[in-house]
Amino acid sequence: MSEPTPSAPQTGSSPTISTINEAVIRIAGNSQDGIQAIGGFLARLAGRSEQEVMTFMTIPSTISGGPSIFQVRIGSGEVASAGDDADVLLAFYQHSYEEHIASLKKNGIVLYDADHVEPKPEWQGEYHHIGIPISSLTIEAIGGTAKDKGKNIYSLGLLAKMFDLNVPKLEALIGERFGGKDVSVLNNALAAFHGGYSHSLGQVFATFKFAESRHKDGQQVVLNGNEALAYGILAAGVRFGAAYPITPWSDVMEILRRELPKYGGTFVQCEDEIAAISMANGAGFAGRVAVTGSSGPGVTLKMEALGWAVMAEVPLVIIDVQRGGPSTGMPTSVEQSDLNLACFGSHGDAPRVVLAPSDVEDCFYTAIEAVNIARRYNVPVFILSDQAIATRIEAFTSPDLEKVCQDISPDLSPVVDYKPYDLAAVDGIVRRVVPGTPILSGRYPVAGGLEHDELGHPTGSPKLHMQMTAKRRKKLQALALTLPTPKVYGPPEGNVLLVGWGSTRGPIQEAVDRARASGDSVSSLHLKHINPLPPGLDNIFSGFNTVRVVEMNDEGLYGYGQLAGLLRARFCDPKIRGINKTDGLTWKVKEILERAKADINAGLHKL
Amino acid sequence: MSVPAIESPRSNTTVTSAAPPASTERKGLSKKEIAADHPTWCPGCGDFSVLALYFKLIEKRKLWQEKITTVSGIGCSSRFPYFVQAYGAHYIHGRSLPFASGVSLSRPDLHVFVFGGDGDMFSIGGNHFNHVARKNIKLTCVVMDNWVYGLTKKQTSPTSPLGFKSKTDTWGAVDYPINPMKQAIAAGATFVARTTSTNPNHVMQMMEAAMDHDGFSFVECLSECVEFYEGAFDASNPRKGGAFNLVPSGHDVTDETAAYKLAGEPFPGYFGIFHKVNRPTKNAKEATLNASTREKFKGLKDWQILQKSFDRMK
Ligand SMILES: Cc1ncc(C[n+]2csc(CCOP(=O)(O)OP(=O)(O)O)c2C)c(N)n1
Ligand code: SF4
Ligand SMILES: [Mg+2]
Repeated sequence: MSEPTPSAPQTGSSPTISTINEAVIRIAGNSQDGIQAIGGFLARLAGRSEQEVMTFMTIPSTISGGPSIFQVRIGSGEVASAGDDADVLLAFYQHSYEEHIASLKKNGIVLYDADHVEPKPEWQGEYHHIGIPISSLTIEAIGGTAKDKGKNIYSLGLLAKMFDLNVPKLEALIGERFGGKDVSVLNNALAAFHGGYSHSLGQVFATFKFAESRHKDGQQVVLNGNEALAYGILAAGVRFGAAYPITPWSDVMEILRRELPKYGGTFVQCEDEIAAISMANGAGFAGRVAVTGSSGPGVTLKMEALGWAVMAEVPLVIIDVQRGGPSTGMPTSVEQSDLNLACFGSHGDAPRVVLAPSDVEDCFYTAIEAVNIARRYNVPVFILSDQAIATRIEAFTSPDLEKVCQDISPDLSPVVDYKPYDLAAVDGIVRRVVPGTPILSGRYPVAGGLEHDELGHPTGSPKLHMQMTAKRRKKLQALALTLPTPKVYGPPEGNVLLVGWGSTRGPIQEAVDRARASGDSVSSLHLKHINPLPPGLDNIFSGFNTVRVVEMNDEGLYGYGQLAGLLRARFCDPKIRGINKTDGLTWKVKEILERAKADINAGLHKL
Repeated sequence: MSVPAIESPRSNTTVTSAAPPASTERKGLSKKEIAADHPTWCPGCGDFSVLALYFKLIEKRKLWQEKITTVSGIGCSSRFPYFVQAYGAHYIHGRSLPFASGVSLSRPDLHVFVFGGDGDMFSIGGNHFNHVARKNIKLTCVVMDNWVYGLTKKQTSPTSPLGFKSKTDTWGAVDYPINPMKQAIAAGATFVARTTSTNPNHVMQMMEAAMDHDGFSFVECLSECVEFYEGAFDASNPRKGGAFNLVPSGHDVTDETAAYKLAGEPFPGYFGIFHKVNRPTKNAKEATLNASTREKFKGLKDWQILQKSFDRMK
């Protein structure tokens, strides 16, 4: 809660209502407590109230449960990250209390289940403690049969009271979530909610009210990154996909499997990832831009088939929802360590496109861009998402679907003749003619993995291999020229330039804001087009004394991470260095600041 | 398959009307029209005969170029699509079946033929074979089984008999071989047949029956590698003193156990259709699913259907 910070409790005085711009609420318990549900309700409510919202959660990788948190940051202004420190901690158990109290701001509020948590005297001076026997009060509200079930909704009621949240809207959300089932389920949920809402927080405490938010255009929708990707793929007109399940990719395939039939499309759950990309290649060959996806281990399996798509020049979209690796690694943690795999995986010279969405809304539009690049350039296109963006919830303006939805079904009108690998084609780009199309010359193409002549026939000709290799590369060079130069966040010249990609844009830009507020010369640049890189980066880099690439991956053998390596190879610029971490957690703003501070303090002049 | 899983492409109707020639009834493609590159196979290779019969099938059954797609993996036999003047795909080693499934499921207007070798289909592609069979994806798969790796020059294949001396088993193969017919039956294939390239009429019969089967149709075709496994199938060739035995007339093709028993007969065994049952294809099942789902969204444009989903996320 930026300003004003909650005033210290004044014993005896009546509760005050402070107006706040934003709040970070962390809910800590076990995964089976329905913590995600409380966070989801808060996020959806924020979306419906035209507030900005961003969430962050950790889930145990085991099904049987374990400690889990959900953090939601709601704001009336712009919210770019899930927030470093919480204003309010809701702790269900002793372990939740002890492990997460450190994430609370000084003077923050800890709301704990007095049935399970024994507060520590040494912390009572630092944080406002409010103990409420949540478990027993929930049972009181809805009866014993509910057991632990309604605690989350009871707590939602408490938070609703504390933050003066819109009760009718929350009731509507609860109705949408629990309606349709047995009415008693909905009634219990509402009873739990009202129980929490009417519980007195104690006379000693202040409640809060969010400032009126800046009015945003249009209706807001509230989605997580995986949902945004899946719906983006549908909007782009993709009607075929195939995959094998893996966390955190599976949601995307589950949504597509469920939704595609509505559009007359099909999603196939395959026996493995190789089969999946092969089915997608088959559909791509047959005239559909198809989608496949996975996380690191599965994407690795797809690499040989990716090479085929490059060679045969068949469009394909591959989604990689990155997680900690290598191998099974950290399945439910975030990492940005598949960049090299996406850019360079597979064998031979195999140019492909790599895009990285930077927030949930961007996931939706990146999916459409990926499909359109794939079909224009007949090339595989990677979308590098990650576990953090996949699971976090954001609110954004609902897209104008009538405008963005496209029909990309194949055109089978007869053609006179067809050279699939025409070397004379401008920028190496040929419109594909697909099976089922009569070719009046009677000469039909074979799409294959062998090096070929212009008609697709195998060749061992050194000259043709050189020409075709160049053709496949030129397409990407042509694409690069069409890409917009990304905009520098902050002044275009200065001391430190932080460069990021993918899901880290929010915390990096907040770090820039804070650094500038304290007089340091820091700007940032966020890359969405990873391969090929957009033009103009060298110009931007030349305006800064130092360039630090902020990535959630290892600093590598030579002191910089995967994007930094790519940029160094591209620009031969030793001032490009890395700021890396591998703890499997998203960046905190202060972590970035501390790491960048070393450069800022290194005696490099302030502008 | 009643309703296509994915709606047919846009100008399908124009295609049929624009297809030449309009004046007389359109003839099947002649060998001249359907032959492409000259095959790169060794003289005497059994694969020639399979190709010649595929041409015949295309001509006889009027499989014009806009109606079919020929798919293969990697191997001598998998060179197949390059020799056919029609849309084809030469995919990667072992993965031709999932690739062909992608074509089949997304393009109900095409009949997909897959050709491959024993290594391609039963070693590196072994798992895909099982799953395409159980899913009953509509396509025809012909394995040109030569009991050896031809393209890579004489290594042991999963169908090499025990004792076969190859470059990877100079002392003779030690691993128990796969029986492709048993494999197909056990995996749930709905059409399982066996033939040999030395009996052209029989190959033609089997390919036609396979093509007419609504589902995954599998044909094992013995096809001698004269270079690396000469004489492998002599015992099945009457011209070489062998015996070509047709599946006994009393055999019930719907009886899975009987088919399995037949598949277990020692070489040269039997030739013909071992197993044929009707089970809905995945293509048809997905189509039915789509039809019933789309019923609920009748009259809505795609963006309106998507809008409904977005409305729920407000
Ligand atoms: C991933 C991969 N591994 C290995 C190879 C090499 N390779 C090509 S064909 C082949 C075996 C061919 O045997 P078979 O499938 O029986 O076909 P045939 O040549 O006998 O017709 C092998 C091992 C390859 N092309 N790709
Ligand atoms: S090596 Fe064997 S399988 Fe290959 S073409 Fe020659 S004879 Fe045929
Ligand atoms: Mg072989």
